[in-house]
Amino acid sequence: MSRFVLRRLLSMIAVLLAISILTFLIFTAIPNPALRLAGRFPTPATLAHINHQWGFDRPVYVRYVLIMKLIFTGQIISYSQQVNVVHQIWVYLPVTASLAIGAGIIWLTMGILFGVLSAWRAGRWLDRGLTVLALIGVSMPVFFLGAVMSYYIGFKLGWLPPSDYVPFTQSPWEWFRHLIMPWIALSVLFIGVYSRVLRSTILDTTNDDYVRTARAKGLTERQVMGRHILRNSLIPIVTLFGLDFAAVIGGGAILTETVFNLHGVGQYAAQSVQALDIPPVLVITLFAAFVVVILGAVTDILYAYLDPRIRL
Amino acid sequence: MSEGNGDLVSVAAGASTDGSDAPEGTPLLAVDHLRVLFPIKAGTVVNRKVGYVHAVDDVSFALREGETLGIVGESGCGKTTLIRALVRLVDATDGTIQFRGTDITHANRKDLQPIRREMQMVFQDPQASLNPRKRVNQIIATPLRIRGVPKDRFETETRGLLDKVGLHAEHLNRFPHEFSGGQRQRIGIARALAVEPKLILLDEPVSALDVSIQAQVINLLDELQDDLHLSYVFVAHDLGVVRHVSDRIIVMYLGKLVEISPAEELYTKPIHPYTSALLGAIPIPDPNENRARERRMVTGEPPNPINPPTGCRFHTRCPFATEICKTAEPPLTEYANGHLAACHHPQHVTASEVVNAVRSDASPLTAGDDRPVT
Amino acid sequence: MSVDARTPPTDGGHLLEVEGLKVSFRTEDGVVRAVDGVSFAIEPGEVVAIVGESGSGKSVTAMTLMGLTRSPNASFEGRAMFDGRDLVSATDDQLRKVRGAGIAMVFQDPMSSLDPVHRIGKQIVEQIRVHDKSVSKAQALDRAAELMERVGIPRARERLRSYPHEFSGGMRQRVMIAMALSNQPKLLIADEPTTALDVTIQAQILDELRQLRGETGAAIILVTHDLGVVADIADRIVVMYAGRVVEQGTLDEIFYDPQHPYTWGLLGSITRIDRDRSQRLPAIPGLPPSLLRPPEGCHFRPRCPHAFDRCTQVPELKARLADAPDHLDRCWIEPERKRSLRVVGDQIGLASEQAVVS
Repeated sequence: MSRFVLRRLLSMIAVLLAISILTFLIFTAIPNPALRLAGRFPTPATLAHINHQWGFDRPVYVRYVLIMKLIFTGQIISYSQQVNVVHQIWVYLPVTASLAIGAGIIWLTMGILFGVLSAWRAGRWLDRGLTVLALIGVSMPVFFLGAVMSYYIGFKLGWLPPSDYVPFTQSPWEWFRHLIMPWIALSVLFIGVYSRVLRSTILDTTNDDYVRTARAKGLTERQVMGRHILRNSLIPIVTLFGLDFAAVIGGGAILTETVFNLHGVGQYAAQSVQALDIPPVLVITLFAAFVVVILGAVTDILYAYLDPRIRL
Repeated sequence: MSEGNGDLVSVAAGASTDGSDAPEGTPLLAVDHLRVLFPIKAGTVVNRKVGYVHAVDDVSFALREGETLGIVGESGCGKTTLIRALVRLVDATDGTIQFRGTDITHANRKDLQPIRREMQMVFQDPQASLNPRKRVNQIIATPLRIRGVPKDRFETETRGLLDKVGLHAEHLNRFPHEFSGGQRQRIGIARALAVEPKLILLDEPVSALDVSIQAQVINLLDELQDDLHLSYVFVAHDLGVVRHVSDRIIVMYLGKLVEISPAEELYTKPIHPYTSALLGAIPIPDPNENRARERRMVTGEPPNPINPPTGCRFHTRCPFATEICKTAEPPLTEYANGHLAACHHPQHVTASEVVNAVRSDASPLTAGDDRPVT
Repeated sequence: MSVDARTPPTDGGHLLEVEGLKVSFRTEDGVVRAVDGVSFAIEPGEVVAIVGESGSGKSVTAMTLMGLTRSPNASFEGRAMFDGRDLVSATDDQLRKVRGAGIAMVFQDPMSSLDPVHRIGKQIVEQIRVHDKSVSKAQALDRAAELMERVGIPRARERLRSYPHEFSGGMRQRVMIAMALSNQPKLLIADEPTTALDVTIQAQILDELRQLRGETGAAIILVTHDLGVVADIADRIVVMYAGRVVEQGTLDEIFYDPQHPYTWGLLGSITRIDRDRSQRLPAIPGLPPSLLRPPEGCHFRPRCPHAFDRCTQVPELKARLADAPDHLDRCWIEPERKRSLRVVGDQIGLASEQAVVS
């Protein structure tokens, strides 16, 4: 097992390196980079500074090293905004984290609950009802659901605040109230997917030979479900969750953040793209990729822990 | 066995077909010191070759036209890898395979094409080896096309083939899942026959079938062999089935060929202890016989094919093993009647038979020169 | 031991008594009569083989005894008396107490019959503790190690911590047997326990089962299609075809004096390594019937070369030989004629004109 972990971590580092090079290469395709970076009405001094900092007059590999240095020492600046990008991301991260973690907990528990219920009552009304809900969840675009909720529940009925974020440290209750709708909007899709996946995995597993053996041993249905069926069926869910969660943290909740005006990493990315502000886009891309790769490695290791056959 | 021994050079009448320019007496299939090793890669940072699985480890034999050669052994003996290597589904690591005198061991796809028409394979799992999305007529159309049959003759040919294997015209338009296991296997056989091969290799063709259906398919294979002058290489783990269909039987253990016996002699005169063990393990469907015979159980499990035992590979489980068995690999010795065995202490042979026995050229290259000792 | 339609059902002395068991499944295409009236009895310590091919209903019968076939679309009739209780009508709770304790089962495919994510020791311990919560985990582990040793697994104590995929097929089957014996069952049901194994390993496992039967006194129901295995270990045989018992008797009776054409066909289909290789096997033509719309009367009639007009009536399962009151069969042919009808060439088989494939 430890050799597996070591190998996985080593390959993770290799992948991260490859991603950083790839991302860098993509951004070298931009023509007139210094001008683009400099924002509106740059002064010659600014341009010279940029050229020096980013090394546009130097060979490619030097540029790579320079840029990576800028990013990893937290010195990279958005010239149009006049802010330190890494610092900005740091400021916005708690918002995205709150959104992602809260939604993650909700979609994982609800997805598993609905999946188990659907499988348990397969073919009957409860299952059909949950299937319809799942399909709605999967088909409903998050921005549509978000906008509808924000308008009706937030604006019209006034039950919950329609937008914005309140830091936890400022007021836990308000923090919570502001996040409920975004959490729901973001989770609905995943609940739909997870419940369907778990339902079919459970139904498949129930017919597996070792489940028959478990029953033949005299275990109650509950014990069979808990110790054998679920223990095996949840493994694919774990994998899914690792990757989905990573994607959300990395800025995949762009739409939710925008609709609810939550100043998270996703919204920052959206704004930067619209403004064609390159440094934040570059850094967030790397950030998102890194989060996915790292959480992916963690998921793989967790998977190997859960399934002893996968310890290659 | 091949070169060097006089009794099996004559080939059955009607041997050469069009396109064959091989001299008379050439065996249909000649395998020489064939080895198929699968590398095992492991390592923390970089995958390195840490060993080999000795799936097939220096096997030699020849198949005459019209003959049925049975190959038996348990899991891990290499029989499936061997048969796949013969049709080039798997590449040989060493040694040669010759079909009618032509070396096909490393032939490329183009050169292999005409040979492949003459050698066809029938697989073990009739459900998995038929494309579930194709109807029977489509499944059989592909080999017909390869043979060059004009399109307007497809249906007649297909009906003819189905008829040969005991299926009917109404089966033409059906999908595989609409048939029983035995019927699917018949379709597989019809497909193999469609290119008009001379040699059919069968990998456990009846293991997945019920016993009464097995009998039907075995009878069918018998009939087809007589009607179409086919040769068979028949791989199975069921010794009873193999003995029923084969002229000669090869017994394999852990990648090595341990015995080649004429089918009539296999039960009465098993020379290699593993063959005896195999025969002893098979329960006879006859209570009196079962009660009467004294059976020696072979203990333990087959050893690891990655690190096979030194010397004779069977020595770890052999009740007759001595010092020499642990160190020296036994050569294949030829006894009377074309019966070969690789053992230092052959069973069921008289002293004079041992004296007259010769070392066969089919012996593995790593085997010593030791003469057997009774 | 004999179960005859006229004998009133009794519980006296039999370990297991199955009477008129019927199992049907409702499917989209109709009702499948998987088991259509099966009766037999098992005495303590004996080995009874239930022999048949696919669709015979032998596995469904065995699994029904443990209640493993219960589902919303299954319906049951008849009784199976074990230890004073009817297994067919027992509640799930009552049945669960019997499963894995009084009656234990070993399944066919050892590769998939063990949970891949739990260690072997844990899986054996689970069976012990679900029936007796007073046993501590440590005690249960000790017992598990003992059991594994008993069935011939080397280094049993260490291997308690192994996962199923770290064992070979033969070893896994031994683990299954050890697990099944963990609560000293009175009846062990083995459903094709050696079919997926190599022949030398099969011999070892059968030997194991024989020894264990001697040591524990458990009765064994061996469900199989392999008559060789049957000849090796069974005391009595129940032959099933298309959901019904077609013949029942002792080992010698079935092998040397078979009374039903299907049995003849089965015996004729076997390739024997100790006999002369005959030209053609006297095989049974055709295929087993559909259980959705089984043939009228005797289920074997469409494939039987000796069928005649009476065969459209269902033959009773009863003893038709004066000197063998426990040898039952379901065939209308007069016993005197059977002796000559069943010989093909120099062995027992089913005579037929040509292979017919339906």
